Amino acid sequence: MIPDEYLQSFVVECGELLEAMEEALLMVEQAAEDPEIINAIFRAAHTIKGSAGMFGLDPIVAFTHAAESVLDQVRSGDMAMTSALAALFIEAHDHLVILVCHIAEGSQPTDETDNQGKGLIAQLEAYLGGAAVAEASVDMPAVHQATVEREGGDAVGTDHWHISLRFGTEVFRNGMDPFSFVRCLTTLGSIVELVTLIDAIPPAQEMDPETCYLGFEISFSSDADKVAIDSVFNFVRSDCLIRILPPRSKVSEYQRLIQDLPEQEMRLGEILLKCGTLTPEELEQVLDFQAAQGENQQRPIGEVLVEQHMVSPPVVEAALEKQKQVKENKKTEANLIRVDAEKLDELINLVGELIIAGAGTNMIARRANMADLTESTATLSRLVEEVRDSALALRMVQIGGTFNRFTRVVRDVSKELGKDIDLVISGGDTELDKTVVEKIGDPLTHLVRNSMDHGIENAELRLARGKPAKGTLRLNAYHDAGSIVIEVSDDGGGLNKEKILGKAIERGLVSEGANLSDKEIYNLIFEAGFSTADTVSNLSGRGVGMDVVRRNIQALRGSIDLDSIEGQGSTIRIRLPLTLAIIDGFMVGVGNDVYVIPLDMVVECIELDAWAGDESDGQYLNLRGEVLPYRRLRDHFDKEGDRVQRENVVVVRYGEHKAGLVVDKLMGEFQTVIKPLGKLFRSEKSIGGFTILGSGEVALIVDVPGLMGQIEHEREAGELVSFPRSGAV
Amino acid sequence: MPNLNNKTEQSGRLAIDGELTIYTALELKDQLLAGLSATEELELDLSAVGEFDAAGLQLLVMVKQEALALGKALRFTGHSPVVLDLLDLSGLAGFFGDPLLFVHNAVEGKAL
Repeated sequence: MIPDEYLQSFVVECGELLEAMEEALLMVEQAAEDPEIINAIFRAAHTIKGSAGMFGLDPIVAFTHAAESVLDQVRSGDMAMTSALAALFIEAHDHLVILVCHIAEGSQPTDETDNQGKGLIAQLEAYLGGAAVAEASVDMPAVHQATVEREGGDAVGTDHWHISLRFGTEVFRNGMDPFSFVRCLTTLGSIVELVTLIDAIPPAQEMDPETCYLGFEISFSSDADKVAIDSVFNFVRSDCLIRILPPRSKVSEYQRLIQDLPEQEMRLGEILLKCGTLTPEELEQVLDFQAAQGENQQRPIGEVLVEQHMVSPPVVEAALEKQKQVKENKKTEANLIRVDAEKLDELINLVGELIIAGAGTNMIARRANMADLTESTATLSRLVEEVRDSALALRMVQIGGTFNRFTRVVRDVSKELGKDIDLVISGGDTELDKTVVEKIGDPLTHLVRNSMDHGIENAELRLARGKPAKGTLRLNAYHDAGSIVIEVSDDGGGLNKEKILGKAIERGLVSEGANLSDKEIYNLIFEAGFSTADTVSNLSGRGVGMDVVRRNIQALRGSIDLDSIEGQGSTIRIRLPLTLAIIDGFMVGVGNDVYVIPLDMVVECIELDAWAGDESDGQYLNLRGEVLPYRRLRDHFDKEGDRVQRENVVVVRYGEHKAGLVVDKLMGEFQTVIKPLGKLFRSEKSIGGFTILGSGEVALIVDVPGLMGQIEHEREAGELVSFPRSGAV
Repeated sequence: MPNLNNKTEQSGRLAIDGELTIYTALELKDQLLAGLSATEELELDLSAVGEFDAAGLQLLVMVKQEALALGKALRFTGHSPVVLDLLDLSGLAGFFGDPLLFVHNAVEGKAL
């Protein structure tokens, strides 16, 4: 069977190709005929077929072949990419995903899947109009006759097979002689004409005499079938480009042949002439893409890349296009390396250790009071910091890929709901940690579905409310204060405050008569067991979900909140930390202990005495006219000991909330490797983890959002009237 | 093993004796190029070539192209049967442009 590692990369590659294909299909469905996009779809199908063929995965090959044939017609302009066809291809895409899944799991497709595949193939073939494409058929004579009957005018006149061979460089070293295959061929028939291609032999200085540079174009007369002829080359298959065209192949297939081979079109054309495979008129026909375009009865299957914009001279154009393609291929190959995620994690771990060790060295250097040493360790820390940043950047991926997947979700769900909904994506190039990206998919899906199901009204209601019939769903992402913010917004009906409040009171989530701000009411929907939907659809409304979403986001050290204007729509904002591993921290001292506050959240530091002083019994400070809730870390963590004389306030910001943390000492920046706390501390909300200082001591990392939440909570518990959180700040 | 006999220095004449195959291609390449650089007009005697394969053929093409590039004359003479056979099969006889006499043993095509 296939070695696992190859299969693995096949599955990964297919996954990527299928993703690209889906994206392109969705674009086609909306914007229709951009030849570039159609080409992208075709290329994806073609590559999957090719690699599947290499592994002998026949079900995939057979299926992609059908899809590819239809795509080819679309590409050549013989068939329009209607939305019905695009929808069929999306189904085909889904089927391929299932097939690849089975390969990955090593399981056999179920009968149901098989039947579905057959159904899809039948539908695809219906588009081909029954004229099966000859190229992949093994049963050559039959197809050959059929072809002649149906489109005799298109077939090339010769009765001979045409075989193109380009041997790989290692053929000699592998102990094979290209001519031995030619001799073997003569056992099956007779060689009418053979042209040896010596074009690839480099000048004397560069030529390696043990490297094979040869190729053959053979015109071959034989009654044998394609399989027999093909089997001659079994030994050299992996090391040789082999193209076999049966007698009377269509002009288009020669066109494809010419495009497939490494030599320039003109040169190949001459060779084909020399072989007697083509007559000069036929060659002209093959090369004249424009003519092929004009005559609609002709159906080129060729790898013609730019038919649609083909201008004369066509040959030059095609050759240029091919060159460009080769260059592009090289470029992408050089730019990407596949790396095992585990290796990256290991690297990040090591960098973490390096930072801790570096901090230790720094301290010793400072203590030793040697200027040289201090200077050199300073340089070293700078480098370590850079290494850290690049290592972390390796894990950063753009969120665009995740967003784009929702194009499909929105399309499917809007069909299911019978609503017309547009998805607008922005900020797709915002980067965040790969682990976060992986985990954000599910909660986002839920939110998107929820917005579409409950948020956006049906067309009649929208029109009645004076809104366009087509709903809009927006996905947006941006960076803000050391976190990434992801927004899901819709222009639907918004949330109904009374309804939510009523439901919350009914469920006992809030007491009757509680004075809640709008925002607090909206955020009630994230409580467990809450749903205001009148009708339960199979998408959402069963009361599970929003609380799960919130839990998932919180597990990523993130937060979620919601804004809504009734009748105009709502926006759900998810706020996530940029990375889960290493942060820039700000060290503060309380008594003998050291705490680390994520630097991104620190706004400013001010001496406590500089302020007008405490207001409202030690709960709020007056920060230049702003009301700032504050908390002494010493009190919060129940530290013993006296207050120092000059306390400092670190003003932190998270989202739109600000708070002050009063500490004894400000100790400066520190690169912090976040180590998770044990299970024992799980219920402690205000501590996000710990880190190891240069001295080997342990410092706790303050979880600012958690701490703020706790302060809020305690205050609310202490006061009957809750303070509007966001009102004054 | 191949043997390159430099029979007469002035006229530039080399003879390959024995194998002209992948096994000898590496050393023959240097010898042939050296031979070519030493003279303006080279005659390569192939009468003693006992074995000839695609690598050998490729080598001859390379020397011929090099000679063309340098503007020197290179002739292959006395082709041994194996050389004739492969030149005929490859259809490259025209490329080398040396007078040859093929004996076709089949009327239709080149059944070999």
